[in-house]
Amino acid sequence: MKPIHPSRLLFYFFTLLLAIVVLSPFYFVLTNSVKSYSEIILDAAALPKEVTLSNYQVGIEKVNFWQIFYNSILVTVLGIGGMVLFGSMAAWKLARVKSKVSMFMYSTYILAMIIPFQSIMIPLVVVSSKLQMLHPVGLGVIYWGFGMPLTIFLYRGYFNYVPRELDESGMLDGCNDFTLFWQILFPQLRTMTTTIVILQSLWVWNDFLLPLLILQHDRDYFTIPLGINSFFGVYKAQWDMALPILVLGMIPLIAAFLIAQKHIVRSIAASGLKG
Amino acid sequence: MLQKLKKGILNNFALYTFFPYAVFLVFVLVPFFIGGYYSLTEWNGVSRNIDFVGLRNYLEVFREDEGFIVSTVFTFKFTLAACVSVNLLGLFYAVMFHNSTRWNSALRVILVLPNVIGGIILGFVWRFIFAQALPAIGGIFENLSWFGQPDMAFYAILIVLVWQQAGYVMLIYIASMNSIDEQLFEAARIDGASSFRQFTDITLPLIVPAFTVSIFIVLAYSFKIFGLIFALTGGGPFGSTESLALNIYNEAFVYGNYGTGSAKAVIFFVFVAILSYLQVRFTQKREVSL
Repeated sequence: MKPIHPSRLLFYFFTLLLAIVVLSPFYFVLTNSVKSYSEIILDAAALPKEVTLSNYQVGIEKVNFWQIFYNSILVTVLGIGGMVLFGSMAAWKLARVKSKVSMFMYSTYILAMIIPFQSIMIPLVVVSSKLQMLHPVGLGVIYWGFGMPLTIFLYRGYFNYVPRELDESGMLDGCNDFTLFWQILFPQLRTMTTTIVILQSLWVWNDFLLPLLILQHDRDYFTIPLGINSFFGVYKAQWDMALPILVLGMIPLIAAFLIAQKHIVRSIAASGLKG
Repeated sequence: MLQKLKKGILNNFALYTFFPYAVFLVFVLVPFFIGGYYSLTEWNGVSRNIDFVGLRNYLEVFREDEGFIVSTVFTFKFTLAACVSVNLLGLFYAVMFHNSTRWNSALRVILVLPNVIGGIILGFVWRFIFAQALPAIGGIFENLSWFGQPDMAFYAILIVLVWQQAGYVMLIYIASMNSIDEQLFEAARIDGASSFRQFTDITLPLIVPAFTVSIFIVLAYSFKIFGLIFALTGGGPFGSTESLALNIYNEAFVYGNYGTGSAKAVIFFVFVAILSYLQVRFTQKREVSL
């Protein structure tokens, strides 16, 4: 075995310490989530004397966890499904057809990326309520509108790397527009589709303000962020019930991150380089 | 034949592009312009009559609304602090961990992890850390009241933001560093340059584009920050940490002033548009000079 250089040892020690500090909030939330209320208040830094999972039971019930979990899944799947389905098809035409209409559409998509959500939200509430969209399915559709600019931008850019000859040879082989796209072109977009699904899912799953405005009138419609927020509104410092909810809210994200870690790291790095 | 095929693609243009564009129009562009109209009215969002008041809302916001001024100052101050601290720490991380050893890859994953969790959950998690965990650790943390004083609340939000974003910008810096031609370093080593000189004279100048990107990413995020503050401090104490985004939300949906809220939203848009314009200008200039 090669001897480890002292400066290397120092590096390991220092970086290990860094990792511990960065992860410590998760540690505190997790260990305290299985303590009784008095134990948390007495010493939040201590390890639990005995592990009680009843906190989780109470928390799951109070926040109606399975319902809000289902709503979050519904909104995310519907929202991202529509972005990928409609966005990829539209981006194809916007990339291949260079008409005035096409350029106009593309420029408005790009310009709209500048508009902060706060400058849209007030009339959005009025419009959405007039169109009867104040429910999870409606929210999923609204996300199509807000997710479309980035989706179109990324897909359209990617089409520059998909040779036009592929379109033409497909056509000559007798594909119609639709089969050409789905059987030949869409599979070529796989890398970009993964990136888009990851970026948009993280945004939609974590989003708070838009769901708040669209769904807050009915508890049965809440997504996970809304459920957690309303819980904190009612039980201000009831940490014994709140911490399990926070743990449950983070588990899907951390699990997804650890499973698809490589793709996620690549996607968020790529989003930075393009943005 | 080919002519006919090309025509086919053109004919289906509307079929493929119209629907998503309609959704985008209805829920994004049209509300944006309606907001401009609302800003010239007085309306509580419920009543039947919308009174047209011209530019009165704007004048009131600038002249009489102290909360809005406080929010504007806070937002700019916070954005500046966030840009500097997130990027310094992110760059430091990148220097430490840009070699792809197993140990470094594991650490990168740990540092990026907070970035996938949303602002509202993080805000509540850290409320617990500041209120219960830190005092329990004791030492210098024992008697700090994080949410009672404006300064402390400011730093509390900044700490969480840095914790959340530094790993993210690290990825951008690492990607940029690893795209530098290895031969440059070899040549420098042959010339006897120290690793510090290699960093200041090769790495730093070549990752300037990454600087621009990272700074503007953090800028865009912190200037529009909402969920994290909503959950962590709620804008308090005494509205001292109320970001512009939070101020607009409160004006419209807590106090029910859709008109004034819309005027603030238009002003907010102008701020963001100016920052975006600077970003484009800055990025182009850099690219030319490289």
